[in-house]
Amino acid sequence: MRNSLLKRRARKLFLGCLAPFVILASWEYLGRRGIINLSILPRPSVIMDCLAEMIANGQLKKHLLVSAFRVVKGFLIGGGVGLVLGVLCGLSNTWNDVLSSLIGILRPIPMIAWIPILILLLGIDEGSKIALIAIGTFWPVLLNTSRGIRNTDKKLLEVGIILEKSRSQMLTKVILPAAFPFIFTGIRLGVSSAWSCVVTAEVIAAAVGIGYVIMYARELLQPDVLLIGVLTIGVVGLLLDVVLLQIEKRALRWNEADER
Amino acid sequence: MGMNKSVDILGVSKIFSLDSGDLPVLGKSDFHIESGEFVSIVGRSGCGKSTLLRIISGLEIATTGEVQIGGRRVERPSVLTGLIFQEPRLFPWLTVEKNIEFGLHRKIEKTQRREVVEQHIALVGLSGFEEAFPRQLSGGMQQRVSIARTLINQPNVLLLDEPFGALDALTRIHMQNEILQIWEAEGSTMILVTHDVDEAIFLSDRIIVLSDRPGEIKKVISVDTSRPRDRSGPRFMEIRREIYTEFFEDSSLSIEYYV
Ligand SMILES: Nc1ncnc2c1ncn2[C@@H]1O[C@H](COP(=O)(O)OP(=O)(O)O)[C@@H](O)[C@H]1O
Ligand SMILES: [Mg+2]
Repeated sequence: MRNSLLKRRARKLFLGCLAPFVILASWEYLGRRGIINLSILPRPSVIMDCLAEMIANGQLKKHLLVSAFRVVKGFLIGGGVGLVLGVLCGLSNTWNDVLSSLIGILRPIPMIAWIPILILLLGIDEGSKIALIAIGTFWPVLLNTSRGIRNTDKKLLEVGIILEKSRSQMLTKVILPAAFPFIFTGIRLGVSSAWSCVVTAEVIAAAVGIGYVIMYARELLQPDVLLIGVLTIGVVGLLLDVVLLQIEKRALRWNEADER
Repeated sequence: MGMNKSVDILGVSKIFSLDSGDLPVLGKSDFHIESGEFVSIVGRSGCGKSTLLRIISGLEIATTGEVQIGGRRVERPSVLTGLIFQEPRLFPWLTVEKNIEFGLHRKIEKTQRREVVEQHIALVGLSGFEEAFPRQLSGGMQQRVSIARTLINQPNVLLLDEPFGALDALTRIHMQNEILQIWEAEGSTMILVTHDVDEAIFLSDRIIVLSDRPGEIKKVISVDTSRPRDRSGPRFMEIRREIYTEFFEDSSLSIEYYV
């Protein structure tokens, strides 16, 4: 049993690595043969050298840390406000009605369209970037939280009522745990949205950060640095999602069918 | 002990207002249940049995009339009136232990709390399953957790809404015996809704037969044999026939349909 599981995992890993490997190998080959213009698209081995250098001289770490810090701040603000408003909208029809028209108008606005407004309102420094990340986090957290709360099983609510639970006990012991899978989905989407927002904000206007690395490399015609920037964004996004999925799996242990 | 656990149903009726108009579910009913009595309610699906139990528990408000428990009008749900639903309704994110502890209403200190919970886990025969999640339990075990969660407040009145409906025949008989034991130990007033006529006869002092919707009390049958009852004894058979006649007197069709 265990053995076949391991085999299946290994197979999956092998197949997952196959496509990137083939692409990289043929890319390297075509580059060495001079078929690809190296000043536009350097060979993978050159990019690896450049990556090693950026890690060694601390450039990559510096920019990543700045971006990560912005993400954390924006996420905490947007996620926090989204969670509170989501709970209010989920619990109260009045709040839901009050906010629904506002949500309807603001939600379809693409992140990129917020940037000029935010720069105008908050200046070109940190404020506007963090606000953009906060907005990007806010929507998925708000919508999923309120949906999760509205979705609470009426039958479980009745159990709480029969057992004379207070309003706050109902919220913390019944409603929020019941909505937790939804809330967590909101948080996961919020994190990935925050990560893409920080790049958007930095590409438009920044003097440091992973998005800035990309823009700056483009201006200096350094395609290797540019590619490293882009790939870093992808890898970090992937890692964030993997970690969050693991946390979710732990937290929702009870939700897993028959482990015995 | 000596506490009045009688239940009075006084002129209770229920009409649900739907978009499509009014739906009378319960006709005016009056009934007195003695303190410590075991009463079953039988009737066809949809005749308002659950609604009646919900009104007695305070979860639903009667359109007319009122329910009194121990001579006092029921205004809202109370942990002293336990309601056990047809489905176990456990919190899937809590272990057996935590689910039962959730029921505990009175504020007591932690060690005593654990003790009371442990005691009730043992009462329903689930020792060793403290840390299990509901998903890992069979339907019968889940229903026992639900019963323990209700019993932990030592309710004066226990309302059971087809609690064993979803269980297989053998588990059901086992649970019926356990309920009898609990009833004898706790001395609470029991009101059991069931569609299983044998279950009603096996357990109850009296059986209320409700008419089709809107449900009204059509007949009350006293089960005058001593417990434990022989499910195939002559008196048992006689009462069973009496109840079946009640159900099928108005339509000869249903006999073929049900038997
Ligand atoms: N909250 C409600 N709103 C409207 N109709 C309801 C409601 N609860 C029950 N009913 C209706 O009342 C009738 C009786 O329901 P119920 O008491 O559950 O019957 P029983 O338990 O005897 O099967 C059914 O027709 C049901 O659809
Ligand atoms: Mg019912």
